[in-house]
Amino acid sequence: MSGAAAGARRRRQGLAFYGFLYLFMILVSAITLYPFLNILAISLNDATDSMRGGIYLWPRVFTLQNYSAIFRFSNLLTAFQNSVLRTVIGTVLGVFAAAMIAFTVSRKDFVARRFVSVVLALTLYFSGGLVPVYMLLRDLHLLNSFWVYIFPGLVNAWNVFVLRSYMDGLPFVLQESAKLDGASDWRIFISVILPLCKPVLATIALFIAVGQWNAWFDTFLYNSGKPGLTTLQYELMKILQNTASQGGQTVRDQREMVGRISPESIRMAITFVAAVPIILVYPFLQKYFVKGLTLGAVKS
Amino acid sequence: MGTEKRKPFLEVLIRQRYLFLMSFPFLAWLFVFSYVPIWGWTMAFQSFRPGKAFGEQKWVGFDNFIALFADERFYMVLRNTLGMSLLALLVGYTVPIIFALILNEVRHQLFKRSIQTITYLPHFVSWVIVAGLVSKMLSIEGIINEILMSLHIVNEPVQFMQKERWFWGIVTASDMWKETGWNSIIFLAAIIGIDPELHEAATVDGAGRFRRMWHITLPGIRPTIMVMLILSIGWLTSIGFEKQFLLGNPIVNDYAEVLDLYVLNYGIKVGRYSYGTAIGIFNSLVSIILLVISNAIFKRTTKESVI
Repeated sequence: MSGAAAGARRRRQGLAFYGFLYLFMILVSAITLYPFLNILAISLNDATDSMRGGIYLWPRVFTLQNYSAIFRFSNLLTAFQNSVLRTVIGTVLGVFAAAMIAFTVSRKDFVARRFVSVVLALTLYFSGGLVPVYMLLRDLHLLNSFWVYIFPGLVNAWNVFVLRSYMDGLPFVLQESAKLDGASDWRIFISVILPLCKPVLATIALFIAVGQWNAWFDTFLYNSGKPGLTTLQYELMKILQNTASQGGQTVRDQREMVGRISPESIRMAITFVAAVPIILVYPFLQKYFVKGLTLGAVKS
Repeated sequence: MGTEKRKPFLEVLIRQRYLFLMSFPFLAWLFVFSYVPIWGWTMAFQSFRPGKAFGEQKWVGFDNFIALFADERFYMVLRNTLGMSLLALLVGYTVPIIFALILNEVRHQLFKRSIQTITYLPHFVSWVIVAGLVSKMLSIEGIINEILMSLHIVNEPVQFMQKERWFWGIVTASDMWKETGWNSIIFLAAIIGIDPELHEAATVDGAGRFRRMWHITLPGIRPTIMVMLILSIGWLTSIGFEKQFLLGNPIVNDYAEVLDLYVLNYGIKVGRYSYGTAIGIFNSLVSIILLVISNAIFKRTTKESVI
């Protein structure tokens, strides 16, 4: 048997394999992207025309009216403000808190290091459950308050451990030499550690920001009595649920008129507005979060 | 002895004051928001009335648990929880591994990175939006029905969202659509960490692509696979309720209601706080037991521990 023939056969097989591989990947991407492109197309299409159906990837009667129509719903503007506010405040405070704790547990000489780690780690494995947390927040007067978006989840053990494993990888000599120069631990944290941790801080910030932006359940459970504290995802939930299924489950009593009267194109425009900040931001941070995620998982 | 020990401790306390100041306030914070609710578990053994002091509550022993286990709906809810969790485990765990293996074969770097960017995208989008997209795609005039009709697989559009028997499948498929790319990151990273010389040696020995996948890549990422498996088993009953809440509707409720939704509907909404707490405790216990058992099995087979 000649080697050349076998080689040619192997090359043909390889070519077939790659053909199939690339085709498969393109198919996967198409399935992933289609729903987004579809709602974008519908949101850019004239609302009455959309009702005829048959819009796939491109608007038939192009218009921006659906997006300007969003501004007519004053509750959506409030919701947008609150969502932005909780995302910004929650992210800044959350990143700062995680970084501080991570710094202390990454210090091998810190006497309470183990204690802090254990108290943190335990929170990963159990939680009080919906009712006790609800009663606690009620007792703390955090129901119907903006701070219920920020306080309960401020310290996240997972984020601390991701940061810690990154800090563990930094050479300790840097801290020692700063110490010799007379720097306090706080100084070391601010001017030596934080600047070195930028990539992983970006990762954590992204995770927290996404969680804050996407949250709707806390609004639903804790703040649904106060329209001024509504959030974008919660409003979107009401609008989408409203049209998806008529008639209420026991938990879905409060419904608003927005959903019932707004045509599909406007609903899709709102959906797109709720999704777009993340779609815009995350590709830029991709190389960071892949690293951060892998680090955290290896450690825990 | 006492003074001798205390003095260095005080010294340490002063020397490391910043470290204490940077961690202990947050521990107090965690104590309030994560540990105090555990104290709330006492509610499950009371006939809890809000507004009354702890001492004034009436203690009822295990009555709430007895009521729970006597409730037929509870078993239905438990079936839904475990059913959808097992499906999530099966799909949410194997598909990302397979996806990582396939993606790893893509040699063209730009293409590979584009695929990654695209498939990670749904992970960052909220379940509210994903549920909206799913119901849109599966609606009567949605793309899925259109494809099925044009291929003559069905003659009239299927109302997927209104069919009880489709619900578990829809939840699982939505989860797969949203998280496969994201969950593959960790496996992809593990695959890249495998020594390339192993592959070269095997190629020289005449091993084909699939044999190398089976004999080198898969064993190479076995530790990662095991850790992720144990963790997923521990999370089995805490699948959450977002998907079920957002994708469900009254028609499919008998197959959509999971433990947390049950707590919401029968604990908080109607004010049966004690009953709701009892369900929560049951939920936590099941997941802790599952975690401990799976970790013990893991320990026996690999002499390592995840917890």
